[in-house]
Amino acid sequence: MSMKTSTRQVDGVNIVDCSGRITLGEGSVILRDTVRDLLSKGQKKILLNLGDVNYIDSSGIGELVSAFTTVRNQGGELKLLNLTKKVHDLLQITKLYTVFDVKDDEASAIKAFAK
Amino acid sequence: MTENRVSYTMESTLETVDSAEQTANRIATEAGFDEEEVMRISMAVREAAVNAVLHGNAYDPGKKVKMDFVRTQDALVITIRDQGKGLDLSKIPDPLAPENLLKTSGRGIFLIRSFMDEVEIHPSQAGTEIKLIKHVHGSAEGAKEASQ
Repeated sequence: MSMKTSTRQVDGVNIVDCSGRITLGEGSVILRDTVRDLLSKGQKKILLNLGDVNYIDSSGIGELVSAFTTVRNQGGELKLLNLTKKVHDLLQITKLYTVFDVKDDEASAIKAFAK
Repeated sequence: MTENRVSYTMESTLETVDSAEQTANRIATEAGFDEEEVMRISMAVREAAVNAVLHGNAYDPGKKVKMDFVRTQDALVITIRDQGKGLDLSKIPDPLAPENLLKTSGRGIFLIRSFMDEVEIHPSQAGTEIKLIKHVHGSAEGAKEASQ
């Protein structure tokens, strides 16, 4: 199963619901294009909902890092929501869990964005 | 000792990466590893295949990736060879170093080492060979104790 995203907006925060695999190739490209598209529209509050992401490889991790730094460099915020155990464990062993702002509740995640 | 060997010669394409992962998943499952270990083995193989296709053979259609999956009583041993210039191990940065945490690449070998019991990397001018070993339940602890 490849990667799919759909975007919705709640209180000015763009929630990107991701499902499938974020891996080298299509999955990473779709995530990159989605984030770039939001930034090009001036949307800089991005919450990546990874609740239905069942697999991620080193390229996918790199894409998450790239999205995080790209958004931050443009003065925005990117947070992660609903990590599966696999993705959580990967971010732990790569020491990225504390780099990202990781949330497990959508409502509180939305409130955590700067007003 | 019984040994079950399966070998593949594959193109330097993204499809090979997916195929390697799926093959590893199937063989590790058949070997009796639990779901968590199967995921770790298949991810390590995927990362090794990415290295072979992308960094080793650089998608060169004239170069192949060879894979051996060997099941013994004690372990699953997977060997992946490319025909690239040979990996320069001295140029692989530590992805956990603070200055490297936000780099977008360079985590493949680290993940492979994290997920397998033993990893041997043999670069040469004819390419890189990486051997991944996962011991069956019980043997892994023995091997780790023996190496201490």
